[in-house]
Amino acid sequence: MEKVSIEMGKGQEVAAWKGIRVAVTGGTSGLGLALVRMLLELEARVAFIARNRDRVERLVCERKHARGITGDVSQKGDIYSIAIQILGELGGLDVLINNASSLGPVPLAPLADTNCEDFELALQTNLLGPFRLTKALLGALAASAREGGRPLVVNVSSDAAINAYPNWGAYGASKAALHHLSGIWNAELAPQGIQVISWDPGDMDTPLHAVAVPDAEPTALKRPEDAARELISKIADHILPIREASQ
Amino acid sequence: MIPASVPTQRPPDARLLVVDSGGKIRDMLRASFPTLLRSGDIVVANDAATLPASISGVHQRTGRSIEVRLAGSESVFHEDVRQFSAVVFGEGSYRTPTELRPSPPELCPGDTLQLGPLTATVLQLLGHPRFVMIRFEGANGSIWEGLARHGRPIQYAHIPTPLAVWDTWTPIAGLPVAFEPPSAGFALDWRTLDAIHRRGVHFTTITHAAGISSTGDVELDTRLPFDEPYRITESSARSIGLARATGGRLIAIGTTVVRALEHSVSVHGSVCETTGMAVNKIGPTTELRVVDAILSGTHESGTSHHKLLSAFVDQRTLAKMDQILQRYAYRTHEFGDSVFVEKSGDHAAWRDPAVFVTECRHADLSTKAISV
Repeated sequence: MEKVSIEMGKGQEVAAWKGIRVAVTGGTSGLGLALVRMLLELEARVAFIARNRDRVERLVCERKHARGITGDVSQKGDIYSIAIQILGELGGLDVLINNASSLGPVPLAPLADTNCEDFELALQTNLLGPFRLTKALLGALAASAREGGRPLVVNVSSDAAINAYPNWGAYGASKAALHHLSGIWNAELAPQGIQVISWDPGDMDTPLHAVAVPDAEPTALKRPEDAARELISKIADHILPIREASQ
Repeated sequence: MIPASVPTQRPPDARLLVVDSGGKIRDMLRASFPTLLRSGDIVVANDAATLPASISGVHQRTGRSIEVRLAGSESVFHEDVRQFSAVVFGEGSYRTPTELRPSPPELCPGDTLQLGPLTATVLQLLGHPRFVMIRFEGANGSIWEGLARHGRPIQYAHIPTPLAVWDTWTPIAGLPVAFEPPSAGFALDWRTLDAIHRRGVHFTTITHAAGISSTGDVELDTRLPFDEPYRITESSARSIGLARATGGRLIAIGTTVVRALEHSVSVHGSVCETTGMAVNKIGPTTELRVVDAILSGTHESGTSHHKLLSAFVDQRTLAKMDQILQRYAYRTHEFGDSVFVEKSGDHAAWRDPAVFVTECRHADLSTKAISV
């Protein structure tokens, strides 16, 4: 399948993505920002969500076709407001990328030194937020499937979801739960034609990583643009049946 | 009936009054609804999500507080978010029964309504002092944000606690174009859809911008339901056509589905891919051409929803249904119990007394079939 992505010309790729409706949370920095920019270049219809209104408005100014939504996925009260705006702006939804993440305690801390409130924030942002937003948008995703689409939810995970790294307790536990949640969603939603995957982008040179590991050497980290390219190719493998048929 | 005053979409004890095509009436748990379906049937639901369509604000010319309830739109396309018909109330809130709400100040074309972050202009009156066409200013994105953040679900006094948007979205809700929930769809959770699928029953949706159910004014209420836009996709039309062609029954989840599908048939001769405006009013003289049965709420006599049921059964049967719903204290309104009504197949059967068979879900119901 990866070969197909590589072999696909730019024109073909744009044609394949044109009009696909995508929502990206955490869309103003790091991986989310790279995804928004690349998906717009592919002529997908993109709504992005972020907490900071100024940054949302700056990105909308930069990319006039981007639909910017100010909201916080960690807040239960924001979820339906976000969902209404996604669906209102895009007229439906084919791909949801739950990318917004929280480290929990900053700087990172051993579990024994982690405040419950910081742990709760990690769970709200990394687990409950994606769960709530996915649930609110399930009807639209199912409608996409009924209309012949292959809707997909991507939950951005981490190797900390699998490996037990000291000091990454709140983040790792929340991402582990998200990883497992993705598998359960995927099994349960298969009859509706909705796919749910968990995806680990690797260690990236992002503001989040800089906060987590301040002394990391940026050049040793993956560029968010490279990770975004990988994810877009992976998404295409899931949602674009034409590419499968071309193999 | 008693008003359902708690916004629980699927209470475990939700009841279903079933009227079959042979004239038998029985009671069952609503959760058992899939057992009423046969392999080859098709269930059609309204997948519209509900806008927070109650918007409070100020009538700028007079400085008086108002509540604007969006009531209709030009289409179900998401780009059409600027112009709406609306019912306007004066001061107060949903806690006051709608019919007791004060009138709004005199509304004139050109009046500005400041509705939180949203600014709207009155374009024209629609034949009634509180029924107007309004137009929002600004870009579509800011209108969507204003509605999402400032709007509240339209609510009535029988529910004392403020509704949240999630209370009003059915599990299958997609595009936010309805003004009140297509509440018959509250019965359909994903487990139920799986059960339907396992029985060999097809499922599809239409999108219909369900309008408001009460205006607070007797004269204006006679115009309900207002015109409602709808969309039937090519895949839905195809699914419906295939099911019908192979002898499956069409089960409508809610009155809006009946209205849209029957409108489509009246215009195009069949259910086809279309976007339309349902202007039809369904009642005792309506010949249902495509819908075979309906799952709906328990509606009070005199409402347009109740009148729609008379297209399925004769007045005598409808009266019996009402009697049973009343006698056995079914819950009513959007979070209430439900009815499942099949289109009468043999009208001769209705000459016999209907028989009410209960599965004894409630202590006050007999375990035996009883005549009513």
